[in-house]
Amino acid sequence: MSSTFDFPYEIDTIRADFPILHQDHHAGVPLVFLDNAASSQKPTAVIEAMNTYYRTIHANVHRGIHKLSEAATAAYEDARKKVQKFIHAKSRREIIFTRGTTEGINLVAQTWGRANLQPGDVVISTVMEHHSNIVPWQILAAEKGFTLKYLPVLPDGTLDLEQYTRWLRDENVKLVTVMHASNVLGTVNPVAKMAQMAHDAGALILVDGAQSVPHLPVDVQSLDCDFLVFSGHKMAAPTGIGVLYGKRDLLEAMPPWLGGGDMISRVTLEGSTWNELPYKFEAGTPAIAEVIGLGAAVDYLSALSMEKIHAHEQAITRYALERLAEVPNVTVYGQSSERGAVAAFTVKNIHAHDVAQLLDAEGVAVRAGHHCAMPLHDFLAIPATARASFYLYNTPQEVDIFIAALYKAQKTFAL
Amino acid sequence: MDMYREIILDHAQNMRNKGLLHPNDFDHEEHNPLCGDKLHLTLQIDEHGIIRAVGWDGQGCAISQASASMLGEKLIGMPLADAKQLDKQLILDMIGIPLTINRVKCALLSLKTLVVGSVGLETWELIEDNEDE
Repeated sequence: MSSTFDFPYEIDTIRADFPILHQDHHAGVPLVFLDNAASSQKPTAVIEAMNTYYRTIHANVHRGIHKLSEAATAAYEDARKKVQKFIHAKSRREIIFTRGTTEGINLVAQTWGRANLQPGDVVISTVMEHHSNIVPWQILAAEKGFTLKYLPVLPDGTLDLEQYTRWLRDENVKLVTVMHASNVLGTVNPVAKMAQMAHDAGALILVDGAQSVPHLPVDVQSLDCDFLVFSGHKMAAPTGIGVLYGKRDLLEAMPPWLGGGDMISRVTLEGSTWNELPYKFEAGTPAIAEVIGLGAAVDYLSALSMEKIHAHEQAITRYALERLAEVPNVTVYGQSSERGAVAAFTVKNIHAHDVAQLLDAEGVAVRAGHHCAMPLHDFLAIPATARASFYLYNTPQEVDIFIAALYKAQKTFAL
Repeated sequence: MDMYREIILDHAQNMRNKGLLHPNDFDHEEHNPLCGDKLHLTLQIDEHGIIRAVGWDGQGCAISQASASMLGEKLIGMPLADAKQLDKQLILDMIGIPLTINRVKCALLSLKTLVVGSVGLETWELIEDNEDE
């Protein structure tokens, strides 16, 4: 069945770029890595970009006159321009490097949110959000007294846009903060439409792109989002690096968050003035190697083309969902027609942790638990799910191994 | 070395038009947060909008001070309207040596002071970003 699969690129060549994939998970059992929504693997080009930096040009950025500092600064700023082009931002100054999606959301909450939200205001989040797009707003709401509302999820795993319309019409909504693609249901939310609706109601929109930027072409200007946040490590780049995109006029007006070196224009003992964008939000020595690694990852993904990556992942996901539907006692969550490369599922009478353990014995790495989306699992009335998630290097043969392992797991539990 | 070619050392050691003008028709100060260089620029502008006198003060490296000295000479007799439109390439050409990314900031501090003070920071950022995009 999987032999008829149509690849948009030479899959063996691509897989050869990822050293970690070519090892036995257990003796004689190859690795089938299906935990990409948690973190993707890294191609040699990314690993080597960071190694080369440490071996040949490491020095602090934005300060030194010497050649190493100049080279490090040039590499660091070059990566910013690559990210700018990758998400189609107007200016490199709209690209702020963070530690990841979580830090990006916290930055917006603690700067824009702290300066603009007050009692009587409403922030709309959703029931399907990752904890990183719920908790920062809860913390701020407790302090500032605004109201945090969560858009419900419909039975097919999509957002309740009728409720969204009503809330935008009837409530004093200042901000909508929503994930582009769900890490559990797979749902790709209509964020361009939601942005337009938010703007018509005078609200801003923050898009959590952690599960979309690695997988599909994202254009901040066509989405017209006010903020976009994402993480490097889910898109073939290192851990510890992420991006906050913000529209320039918003970023200009926002107060800084972390104070320190590199983010100042002038410091006196009486007070300080802030550096220009993007440095205003990049206090302290940044994650230089990781930024350079992110730049290399952007190059890698762009060379493959996000359109092809998306097409490949759509085909793999479609195939996995077909195969999962054949397996008895398995329930898959989320039926949105627009969906990303994740399949969260439960197996009747086997807890998700046991499913993951039995799959691991067959070399198949999946995640089990609430996937940092406890409110969504409460809403679905299930304690945990197992989740297979795919990336540009996964193959239908790997899906077959995964499905065979699921059958075997059920046999072990004598279902 | 090349970076310290004669004309730069000449301007850095014999700075033209150093010293602030009082009274003046333009008065603005900028700094380079990367290294702490300061540049304070004052201009006297006649009723036709022509820059008649330049006076500046600053602290910084030979590159930033020489560029202020050279820019000052250029500005005398120039309509302010033209001065506002000066491109960074003028400065880079006057300096006349290839500069690394951090040193470009030193060289452009004088022009930045003129543009930010007369037009605004956003215009300056567009000029500064020009070659990058």
